[in-house]
Amino acid sequence: MSKEGSLGIVETQYFTFAEPPQEMILEFGEQLGPITIAYETYGALNAVKNNAILVLHALSADAHAAGYLEGEKDPGWWDAMIGPGKAFDTDKYFIVCSNVIGGCKGSTGPSSLDPRTGRPYALDFPSITIADMVRAQRCLIDHLGIEKLLCVAGGSMGGMQALQWVAAYPEMVRSAIPIATALKHSPQQIAFNEVVRQSIMADTAWRNGDYYDYGQPERGLALARMIGHITFMSDKSMEEKFSRRLKQGHYSFNFAADFEVEGYLRYKGDAFVKRFDANSYLYITKALDYFDLSGGKLIPHGTVDTRFLVISFKSDWLYPSYQSQEIVRHLKTRHVDATYCELRSTYGHDAFLVELEEMKELVRHFLDKTYNGYGVLKNYEI
Amino acid sequence: MKSDALRLDYRIIYDIIEPGSRVLDLGCGSGELLYVLASQKNTRVQGIELKDEAIYQCVKKGLSVFNSDIETGLVEYPDQSFDYVILNQSMQEVTQVDFIIHEALRVGGKVIVGFPNFAHISARLRLIFQGRAPMTKALPHHWYDTPNVRCFSLSDFKEFCKEKEVRILKACYLGENDVVRFWPNLFALNAIFVLTRP
Repeated sequence: MSKEGSLGIVETQYFTFAEPPQEMILEFGEQLGPITIAYETYGALNAVKNNAILVLHALSADAHAAGYLEGEKDPGWWDAMIGPGKAFDTDKYFIVCSNVIGGCKGSTGPSSLDPRTGRPYALDFPSITIADMVRAQRCLIDHLGIEKLLCVAGGSMGGMQALQWVAAYPEMVRSAIPIATALKHSPQQIAFNEVVRQSIMADTAWRNGDYYDYGQPERGLALARMIGHITFMSDKSMEEKFSRRLKQGHYSFNFAADFEVEGYLRYKGDAFVKRFDANSYLYITKALDYFDLSGGKLIPHGTVDTRFLVISFKSDWLYPSYQSQEIVRHLKTRHVDATYCELRSTYGHDAFLVELEEMKELVRHFLDKTYNGYGVLKNYEI
Repeated sequence: MKSDALRLDYRIIYDIIEPGSRVLDLGCGSGELLYVLASQKNTRVQGIELKDEAIYQCVKKGLSVFNSDIETGLVEYPDQSFDYVILNQSMQEVTQVDFIIHEALRVGGKVIVGFPNFAHISARLRLIFQGRAPMTKALPHHWYDTPNVRCFSLSDFKEFCKEKEVRILKACYLGENDVVRFWPNLFALNAIFVLTRP
């Protein structure tokens, strides 16, 4: 196995398309344009262009998946997985990560300027879906000159996009790795998202979405994120991380953050306000809730040549394993070449972001065999 | 690995399966058999396995495998999805044998079952003369740590097939290193049956 290394300094790039009058028609019929998407690439596209992998991010992440941006001390959100010698090996593969539309990390979203008014779209931004995000990514992939992706991979909402890629463009996808995801949100998942949205909208500073001259609805957005973080962890990981430890060693009796877990949630909430747009959170959580590839819609007819590696985590109660098993059951009915593994991590839904040896090994070997085919299989020594 | 270096039961199953077949292995372990079938007989293979470590080994070999138990592993497949469904050394570990065999026959054209013989002479002697629960080379576990929940002999299984109207296409009886031809219910440690619907 090659030694793992870091990508070092990386840079976010931008691609703008769908300039009026060629706006993109969205799934619900509205138009959007021009559209900018922020993206990063790592490694090099080979001459035959068959080593490109599209990595797809979750709800609040961005195009910066690996390496370090100039002047920043934390690496990208999937740095554990992407880099020289890592599972997504940048010595072998060309990795693309694009920010979703509707977001606020360099791609067109509700906080972008509406060219018709010169002001932020706010709630005039059209309703977007996972399919729209994927259609925009398709434009980027075309722009990069890639006809077929070696793999589409992502966790949570990133997994939904991976599934949507197969549903929309099966001939463009050699393999897919949906992790900790679902064909559709359950009522429980929609309920959590609704509480998240209500906490933003209940903040008077939200001003019906038109807050850009005044600043974010900080209390509401922070609360929304606190709720989110509870659902990302497991009972066990919270016990391990915080137990009932106190911040000051004694109770305050005045509703201050006595317990470490309270301090953690407040810190995460406050930090989130500085980096994420409240309206984007509303739009993207709705896109998650609208997503539905159940009932055979993932592969409506016949079969596909796309290989699958489906991964879930035992302790993930937000996207429980049964939802991944639903994906697998559908793949079985369509005779799709697929592997499914439920990993034993205790980290809850967050597990896909944590450095997990089993996941790294599964992804590494799955990609290797997909890329090199049976040539490698034949040479394998047992 | 070449097919002739495989363990005896794998070698027999390997020889039964025609090149290019679609194969499902229920309880495929770390995938040795599927690997040679895929790489040397150009079969399209799928494994089902419960143990994590075995699944990682399969993926390492480039095999596709589902993390599932045998009972739930079969249900979603459309009828006749495979040419062969293999149940090697796993049937004695499931409670619903009847259900599994019928599901396997629904999903596959032919079903290959391999299982240890509880009526092997050493098991009988141990029971009669020592008064101890059967242990043989094919039944290496103690009564307290065995994964086996169904204890049956070759004769029992033949009787079962007759009762359930399952056709036996072929039967192979295995000793320690070679096939057994004489009085298999007494001298075979393991058996491999190829089943189909009548």
